[in-house]
Amino acid sequence: MTVSIQLEVNGKPVQAAVEPRRLLVHFLREDLGLTGANIGCETSLCGACTVLVDGNAVKSCTMLAAQADGASVTTIEGLAQNGELHPLQEGFWEKHGLQCGYCTPGMILSANYLLTQNQNPNDEEIREGLKGNICRCTGYHNIVEAVKYAAERMS
Amino acid sequence: MAGVLGTSIKRREDPALITGRGKYTDDLNVPGMAHAAIVRSPYAHARIRGIDASAAEALPGVLAVLTARDVAAAGIPGVVPVGWLLPDLKTPAHPMIAADTVRHVGDAVAVVVAEDRYIARDAADRVAVDYEPLDAVADVVAALEDGAPAVHEDAPGNVAFDWEIGERESVDAAFASAAHTVQLDLRNNRLIPHAIEPRAVLASYDSNAGSMTIHMTSQNPHVHRLLMTLASLGMPEHKVRIVAPEVGGGFGSKIHHYADEAIVGLCSMKLDRPVKWTATRTETNLTDAHGRDHSTHCALALDADGRITGLRVDTTAAMGAYLSTFAPAVPTYLYGTLMSGQYDIPAIHCHVTGVFTHTTPVDAYRGAGRPEATYVVERLMHLAGETTGLGPVEVRRRNFVSPDAFPYQTQVALAYDSGNYGPAMDRALEMIGYDDLRSEQASRRGNGGGRQIGIGFSSYIEACGLAPSAVVGSLGAQAGQWESADVRVHPTASVTVYTGSSSHGQGHETTFSQIVADRLGIDPEAVEVIHGDTDLVQFGMGTYGSRSAAVGGSAIARSVDKIIEKGKKIAAHLLEASAEDLEYEDGSFRVAGSPDRSLGLGDVALQAYLAHNYPDDLEPGLSATSFYDPSNFTYPFGTHVCVVEVDTETGSIELLRYAAVDDVGNVINPMIVDGQLHGGLAQGIGQALWENAVYDESGQLVSGSLMDYAVPKIHNLISFELDRTTTPCPHNPLGVKGVGEAGAIASPAAVVNAVVDALAPFGIDHIDMPLTPEKVWRAVNS
Repeated sequence: MTVSIQLEVNGKPVQAAVEPRRLLVHFLREDLGLTGANIGCETSLCGACTVLVDGNAVKSCTMLAAQADGASVTTIEGLAQNGELHPLQEGFWEKHGLQCGYCTPGMILSANYLLTQNQNPNDEEIREGLKGNICRCTGYHNIVEAVKYAAERMS
Repeated sequence: MAGVLGTSIKRREDPALITGRGKYTDDLNVPGMAHAAIVRSPYAHARIRGIDASAAEALPGVLAVLTARDVAAAGIPGVVPVGWLLPDLKTPAHPMIAADTVRHVGDAVAVVVAEDRYIARDAADRVAVDYEPLDAVADVVAALEDGAPAVHEDAPGNVAFDWEIGERESVDAAFASAAHTVQLDLRNNRLIPHAIEPRAVLASYDSNAGSMTIHMTSQNPHVHRLLMTLASLGMPEHKVRIVAPEVGGGFGSKIHHYADEAIVGLCSMKLDRPVKWTATRTETNLTDAHGRDHSTHCALALDADGRITGLRVDTTAAMGAYLSTFAPAVPTYLYGTLMSGQYDIPAIHCHVTGVFTHTTPVDAYRGAGRPEATYVVERLMHLAGETTGLGPVEVRRRNFVSPDAFPYQTQVALAYDSGNYGPAMDRALEMIGYDDLRSEQASRRGNGGGRQIGIGFSSYIEACGLAPSAVVGSLGAQAGQWESADVRVHPTASVTVYTGSSSHGQGHETTFSQIVADRLGIDPEAVEVIHGDTDLVQFGMGTYGSRSAAVGGSAIARSVDKIIEKGKKIAAHLLEASAEDLEYEDGSFRVAGSPDRSLGLGDVALQAYLAHNYPDDLEPGLSATSFYDPSNFTYPFGTHVCVVEVDTETGSIELLRYAAVDDVGNVINPMIVDGQLHGGLAQGIGQALWENAVYDESGQLVSGSLMDYAVPKIHNLISFELDRTTTPCPHNPLGVKGVGEAGAIASPAAVVNAVVDALAPFGIDHIDMPLTPEKVWRAVNS
C-alpha cells in the first residue's frame, strides 16, 4: 500500500507514492537522492538528519514522508542560492566548524532555524539553540564561532 | 610556497561537506544493490539450540538468510583475527557468525538479505533463534572471581593475558623507605566511541572477475583488506579493493576488523550482487569496539622532599568477549609504558591482567591506553600534592624530567626524544590566572557557601606517531607501523600525492598539500591528495595513534626530497652544471653562486617526461615512493588546567574554564591542530563527567543508545583556551609529533582533579568517573 504525496523540496515540486511507514529521511535520501541529511541514530537525538520543514528545524528520521504532504522542505542541498554559499556554510568553512562533516548538514540547518528566531545570539543562546544536534569531532568550540560569523554576515 | 607551513589554510575538504555533496558509505547506491540486516543475540551468553529462518525466508523480497552453517559451507576461514600477540595470550576463536554459543549482546547469529532495507529489518525480526541462556559476567573484576561464568573454555579463569613491565623489587624497596605514600583504587569507565556516522559497508562481488569492491567506513583500508581476505573471506588479496569514501569520524572504532563487514562480503559473494549494510546506532554501540574499562590499584612513593621514588600499578583490563584487532596492545604497550608521565621516576612496576567478559570487545579508542595511564599518574600526582603539602603545581615541577636530561630513558621501555615541561606549566598558570583563582577559592571556602570552585591539573605525556616497526614487532604486533607516500610530479608541474594515511575528518588533504607545497615551493592548490583506496594507494597502515602527520607526513616529505634530488640531476644536465652545485628553492633549481642559471620545476618536470635532452644514466619520469618507518615514537606533552564549580548541595558540576597548553612540535595548520584539541577535550571531559557504558549483571548494555549514553552536547561544554609551546620532534623530517589524541588523554584527570580539589574540605580524595551529580552528592553526604 502506498500514499500519494505532493510537496516542495528545495523549491521544486515533488510528487511521489510512498509506503505509509516510510521515514522522511529515507524518502529524501533514497527516493530523491538528497543524501545530505544523514542518519546518526534512531532515537531522534543526534540531529544529523535535520532539515527545514516549512521553516522549522525538523529531525527527518522522526517524521513520516506522508506527513510532509503539502509541506515545503529545505535540505542542505537547497541552502546555497545561485551558487553562493549561505553565510552559515561560509561560517562553518571559515571557522573550521566541521571535521568529518557528518553532523554538519543538520547542524547548519538547526543553526539556520536559530538565526531566524534570534538574529544576534550570544554564545549561550547558540549553545542552547543547537543542543539537539550532536557533533563528536569539534567539541563545538568552532561551531559557536561559525554561527557567530554567520549572524554577523547576515545582520 | 613560502609561508604555507604553519598557516591556517581553510580546508579543501569542506565545500563538499557543507553542501551535502560529500558521499559517505550509506550514500552510495549501485544497480542491483540488496540490503542486509544482521540478527543479533539479545543474550550476553547463551547456547544456540536452533535457528528457524522459514518465516523470514517466506517474506516477499527476502533473498537469503545466512547462518554459521553457510559460513562453513562456503569453505572460507570465517573468523575475525587478533592482530597483536602477547606472550601466552589466549586467543579463543572468534567466528564471523556465532555457531553454537553467543558471548555478548549483539553477537551476530544470522544475516538477512532483502531487496530493500525495510524488508531486511522486517525479516530479521522473523528469524526465530532458540537460545538456552547461560550465566554471564560483564564486570571485569567479577570475571576473575572463583566460579565466574567462563567466557571461553580455552581461557581458564577468564584470563586472556598476564603482563608486566618494570621492576617489582625496586618499587617495593622504594615504598619500604618512602617518606610519603599515596594510593588509589579507581575505575576507568568503559566508553562507546560514537563516531556520528555508524559503521557501514557496501560489498560488490563480481563473479566474472572473482573480485570484490568493498566501500566501507575504514580508518585503514589496506589493513582491513589484509584481515578481511586472510582471515575472514579467504579471497586473494589482489582480488579485493577496499575504498573508504567520506568517513564520518572514527576515534579508533573504524580501525578494527569486525565480523559484520566480513558477513556482508560473504552475502555479496553468495548472491553475486552488491549488498549494503548500515548499522543502526544501537547496533554500532553493541559492536563497535568499546574503550577503557579498567579497574586499577595504584600507589606512589615519595621522599621527604616530595620527589617520586616509586610507582606501583596493578590493573585489570577488560577485553570483552573476543580479542579485537589491536586489543591486547592497548592496556599493555600503550599503557604500562606511559607510566613515567612527565616525571623522573626511578622505579616503576605495572602489572596488567587482561580479562574476558561477556561484553562487546574493547580496543583502541581515542588515546588508547594513554588516557588510562595519564589518569593513573595525574590522579596520584594530585594526591601527592595534597599529602606532601607541596600542592599540585610544585609537586609536578619538582619531579619533571629536566630539560637537559633528554633523551630520557624511562623505567618502562620508552625513551623520550625531547621535552621541556616547565614552560607549558608556566604558560597554563599564566593563562588561567592561578593565584587569583586560589584567592577566590579560599574566599568561597571561608564563606562556606554551596558553590565551591576547584582547580585541577593534568601534565600529560603521550607516545604517538606509531611507530618503529621493529619495536612494535618485537612487542607482538602482527603488522608494520610505517607509512607510504607516492608523490608524482606531472609534466605540467602539478602534483598528486597517494598516501596510506586515510582521513576520516582530520583534513589530511589540506594538511598534506601544505607539506608538499612548502617543500616543493609551489601553490598548495597545485597538489592533489589521494587516499583511502587500496587500488590507488599501494599500501598504507592508516590513520590512528596520532600518526598521520608524523609518519604519513614524513613519508610525503621524504618522497618530495627524492624528487628534488632527481630534479637536480635533470637540471644539472640541462644547465651543464654538476648536480652537487645545484640548490632548490622556491620552485627553482639554481646553480649555487650563479643565480641567473636556473630552471623552474615545470621546466625540469617537462624534461623528465619528454626525456629528449636527458642524462644517460637516469630513468624518465618524476615521481618517488617512500615507506617511512620512524626511528622512535613522538612525545607530545602539555599541561591542562580545568576550573569547575561544584554545587555541594546538589552535586552538580559546572565547567568554568579550561586552559590547555600543548606541545605537539611543529604545527602545519594551526586551525586544524586546534580543532583536533577541541574534539579530544570534549571526549575526555565527556568521559570525566557524563559518558559511561553500563552493563547490568546479566550482561545487558543498559546505556546502549543516545537516550542513556551521555555524549556531550553543545550546551554541556564551554569554549576552550588554548596555547602552545613548540619543541620540535628531533627525529622526523617535519619536526611534528601528532595531536589527535592529546585532548582526550589529558582532560579526564584535569576535570576529576578539579572536582576533588573543590571537595577537599569534605575530605574527599577520589570519585570514580563519570562524576554524576548523584556520585558527587553521595560523596559529600557520606
